[in-house]
Amino acid sequence: MSALTFSLKQELIQKLDVSPITPDKLSDKNIGEISATLLWYGKQQLRADNFFLISGLDTQNIVFDNCSAKVDYIGNGMKTGRIIVNGNAGAFLAFQLQKGEVTLNGNAADFAACAMAGGLLLVNGNVGDYLGGALVGDRKGMRGGTVIVKGNAGERTGDQMRRGLILIEGNVGSYCGSRMLAGTIGVLGDVDDYIGYGMKRGTLLLTKTPKLHATIQDCGTHTLPFLSLMFKSFRNLPSKFSKINQNRVQRFAGDVGNDGKGEILVLQ
Amino acid sequence: MIINGVQIDDTFAEAFNMRGTRVIITAQNHKWAYNAANAMTGFATSVIGCGVEAGIERELTPDETPDGRPGVAVLMFAMGSSVLMKQLENRMGQTILTCPTTAAFSGIEGNERINLGKNLRFFGDGFQISKQFDGKRYWRVPVMDGEFITEETTGMVRAVGGGNFLVLASSQPQALAACEAAIEAMKKIPNVIMPFPGGVVRSGSKVGSKYKALFASTNDAFCPTLKGLTKTQLSPDVESVMEIVIDGLTEADIRKATFVGIEAACKIGSANGIKRISAGNYGGKLGPFHFHLHDIMNDKTLGGEKA
Repeated sequence: MSALTFSLKQELIQKLDVSPITPDKLSDKNIGEISATLLWYGKQQLRADNFFLISGLDTQNIVFDNCSAKVDYIGNGMKTGRIIVNGNAGAFLAFQLQKGEVTLNGNAADFAACAMAGGLLLVNGNVGDYLGGALVGDRKGMRGGTVIVKGNAGERTGDQMRRGLILIEGNVGSYCGSRMLAGTIGVLGDVDDYIGYGMKRGTLLLTKTPKLHATIQDCGTHTLPFLSLMFKSFRNLPSKFSKINQNRVQRFAGDVGNDGKGEILVLQ
Repeated sequence: MIINGVQIDDTFAEAFNMRGTRVIITAQNHKWAYNAANAMTGFATSVIGCGVEAGIERELTPDETPDGRPGVAVLMFAMGSSVLMKQLENRMGQTILTCPTTAAFSGIEGNERINLGKNLRFFGDGFQISKQFDGKRYWRVPVMDGEFITEETTGMVRAVGGGNFLVLASSQPQALAACEAAIEAMKKIPNVIMPFPGGVVRSGSKVGSKYKALFASTNDAFCPTLKGLTKTQLSPDVESVMEIVIDGLTEADIRKATFVGIEAACKIGSANGIKRISAGNYGGKLGPFHFHLHDIMNDKTLGGEKA
């Protein structure tokens, strides 16, 4: 059975909210009902077939072709199945994702993996600000699951992150791990200023010593056995992190300005 | 039934329902893993006086352990889940947390989970760190040699305790030699432990006592020095009796261990003073598991048909 494919027909002017298009929400619908699914486009609701050429039958495997940065909320609250996005994605990619996989072959806008609770988000490109962050007004960001970004990430990555794993193979903007509550963020590239700002707990894993602000404290160089467990859990991930196999790190802790006990580990 | 000149009594061992768990202890090397495991399983021979029965199941290579370090697997059994949980936490805290370089992990799945490091984490005084990998929660507790790593919980399963057999020999050294051979063979069987010192117990007991305060006392029918005083079970040529007690995760595990142990003891043979193999029971009224020696030694699936 071929994947249920949504090919964007024209360039979008307004933002298009595709949150009703997930495997679990479409699982018991036929092609006619799927085509008639109402989507918010700016201030109005229109049928899905106004925007997409729809083909295929497998609702557990959804593909967005020719996608654009105007398409928001891809994989919203998804609980099962798989979504592949070819092209760019708008804001709130994998918003509140619970289970299943979302793969983006392109770049994502801000708030990717916002309030994500489980599953896997794989971005073969760059992401904007607030990756794995909290919904505006919420006190907790991402609370589970795994995010892998092959490119770069913007500012405030993992802001108020509560649990889960974010692995970024490229560079990350400023305030990475700000106000972080728990979880793990790994960065292979460079990180900008104010990493771990206001961090309470959690682990930031880096390959290069970053510029640190005054309230992050050096705890010395150590061999930490838990890293063996962590890297073992990375083995099957489609990421360069799966190749790391060392547990000697320099450990920085903080943000003591926030009575924080988070840590920044720099691989030695 | 006679095996290599050794008489196998037509009797059975009587065993009981227990709760069991397995803990994997790793360390920088096997020496320190054993130091921790030996301490954890010390004073754990019988639930009567120790709360739990525990022992080292086997040695683990680095590729068999969660953190890729040398380790050992420990099995622990108790009559109930609350006792098992309490004993496990106490022993973890005093013998694993304290032992240099060690870490502790769950060694068994099970619908029921009991605390492994869940409460030990508070030793970290707020500096402890939780990490979740592959759906399992671990605790990193800062200690003076670095960090103590422990999984939060381990599995608890229904198990069987009190499988046993007796070795009756012409002399004490011969009885011990047969038991040593049996233990050596039984150690290779997974999912079982023989909780007494060196796997062997010399003070088998009967239910009851002439003293009101005691509910068990020496098994006088098998004490060779009391042959003329009690209703003895021993023939004149038997001068020493030793027992091997077996706890296992399943009935089948105990059957296998019993077979292997008796087979090894009988290999020494009557020519070397091994006269009889018997077993301890309470008339079949107390324990739901009955391990009939003839049935086990004839079991083809265990490699039987020796009669």
